[in-house]
Amino acid sequence: MISNSFALVGEYISMAWVSIISHKMRSFLTTLGIFIGVTTIITIWTTIQGLNNYVNDTLSEIGSSVVYVEKFPWVITGDFFKYRNRKNVTWNEYEAIQRYSTVADYVTPQVVSQKTIGYRENKFENIAVLGTTESFIETSSVLPSEGRFLTELDIRNRISVCVLGAELATRLFENTDPIGKRISIDGLKYRVIGVLERQGDFFGQSRDEYAVVPIGTFRNVFGPHRGMQIAVMTNNADAVDDMKEELRGILRKERKVKPDEEDDFAINEQTQLTSFYSSTTSTLYAIIIVIAAVSLLVGGIGITNIMLVSVTERTKEIGLRKAVGAKRINVLSQFLIESVAISSIGGTIGIAFGIIGGSIVLSFMQVDTGVSMSSIFVGFGFSALVGIISGFYPAFKASNMNPIDSLRYE
Amino acid sequence: MLIDIKNLYKVYDLGEVQVAALNGVDVSIAKNEYVAIMGPSGSGKSTLMNIIGCLDVPSDGEYILNNKRVSEMVDDELAEIRNKEIGFVFQTFNLLPRANALHNVELPLIYNGTTRAKRKEIAKDTLEKVGLGNRMHHKPNELSGGQRQRVAVARALVNNPSIILADEPTGNLDSKTGEEIMQLFEDLHKAGNTIILVTHEEDIARHSRRIIRLLDGKIVSDEATKN
Repeated sequence: MISNSFALVGEYISMAWVSIISHKMRSFLTTLGIFIGVTTIITIWTTIQGLNNYVNDTLSEIGSSVVYVEKFPWVITGDFFKYRNRKNVTWNEYEAIQRYSTVADYVTPQVVSQKTIGYRENKFENIAVLGTTESFIETSSVLPSEGRFLTELDIRNRISVCVLGAELATRLFENTDPIGKRISIDGLKYRVIGVLERQGDFFGQSRDEYAVVPIGTFRNVFGPHRGMQIAVMTNNADAVDDMKEELRGILRKERKVKPDEEDDFAINEQTQLTSFYSSTTSTLYAIIIVIAAVSLLVGGIGITNIMLVSVTERTKEIGLRKAVGAKRINVLSQFLIESVAISSIGGTIGIAFGIIGGSIVLSFMQVDTGVSMSSIFVGFGFSALVGIISGFYPAFKASNMNPIDSLRYE
Repeated sequence: MLIDIKNLYKVYDLGEVQVAALNGVDVSIAKNEYVAIMGPSGSGKSTLMNIIGCLDVPSDGEYILNNKRVSEMVDDELAEIRNKEIGFVFQTFNLLPRANALHNVELPLIYNGTTRAKRKEIAKDTLEKVGLGNRMHHKPNELSGGQRQRVAVARALVNNPSIILADEPTGNLDSKTGEEIMQLFEDLHKAGNTIILVTHEEDIARHSRRIIRLLDGKIVSDEATKN
């Protein structure tokens, strides 16, 4: 009996189709509510999925076995005031970490300043200049694509050389080979020894517009008292927590933090950003659920209403079907599939519009990412569910009609 | 006996009063009989027809159709019996307006799980049998009244039912077309079908072999016709 009903699904679908196309305007208006609902959901869903992929991809480039010792934490909760009077992280602390840490494999000091960089008549202001050491390529996992990176020798001898980010190299030198050329940073000359591989944009912001110079050279020229960021990396991913504890100990001692005082520095890592991101987007998810629920509820009520009209109009047909042998389950399935068909049509168009909409939003955010196929399942799932729920009462009513009265209905 | 009805009652509860539509009916109908059930309105002939057609169940009494005790069956069981045993022909044809003749005739076959290809084949043969082989793809509104009733007759025949139950089959037709339909029933009867005709027209009832007359829920006469 049940298998018989399954075999009839094809029949129900063609019955639904006949009914839908014989009331084109009515079907269109009914499905509009679902269409709008699904479009809304899929637009937001596509956007969020796209952002998730993008942010996770980008953040994972910050290796998970690297931590950053800094004055401020990356995500500040509560009042900023208590962080304001902290001392800068200094060269002494870098040396202390290098000397005492047993877990760290690479320790990279980084200082940054915005400078004017020029080559011949090309001049660019406010370009990030980074002073660091040779281990920068380990802790930031960026490799030179041309030439070479800074060496220990460059660092020790404070040589006036620099390595350029890919975008900065292109802007300064256009099509000529930058290696060996001399550029000026705030008026002083540096020889270009390498170009770093391209990192790509982040929300439309280039991550390849910077120059790297030996940290000693940087400190000589721009002064030694700047705040520093120290990247510390271990090759053993399981030792990250141990490393953080060890760093805390070293820094508290070096910065003379009393045992009853809080840390006056921050040890930042990638997971802070990802968890901050996901806590932010979870609010967005909650908002979508509300929007989705409201729009699908409205769409669903529209379907229930039209299906009730349809069942009443077709009372005679129901009576006839029952007279020639349709069981309750047959009539129920027929009308249920009709309502699922109506809402799925809206859902399908909604999925298409939603994916287009989401892609447009993402392109405005300058996020380029593939469209998540999960949205198709979400769209179909929601529209089918609405079809079933909103069609159930009318279908149940139809299946319970008395054949004698229905046949006589005018 | 194909139909065995004993001491059948049907009482409608209208709240304050109870109305007995059938008041102790006994009747037997054999295979290949051609019976007319007659009576004025309110006589209970529609109620009897509904019960014979398994659209309704009696309040009391026994109805055995083809050795099956139908009087104690529930909804879905009755649906199955109607599908297998009964072919209905209605006064108002009751065709699906948006389906063509072929699909209308296929309808009973859908509900007993006949495959699509087989259905088309059987429905086509049946339409040819009622003389509509060239009208299969026409919709009801493209057919004349007589043709519509022929489609309905084909639909009634398609499952090879035990009984063809016709309720005022000529009521919506002019007399000439009505005669044609009665001729079709005559042919079907000769081919071995059992036909039960419900009508209030003497002219129509005279086509049958046996006339059962009802009044106030009781059989008042049951006699063979001159045919």
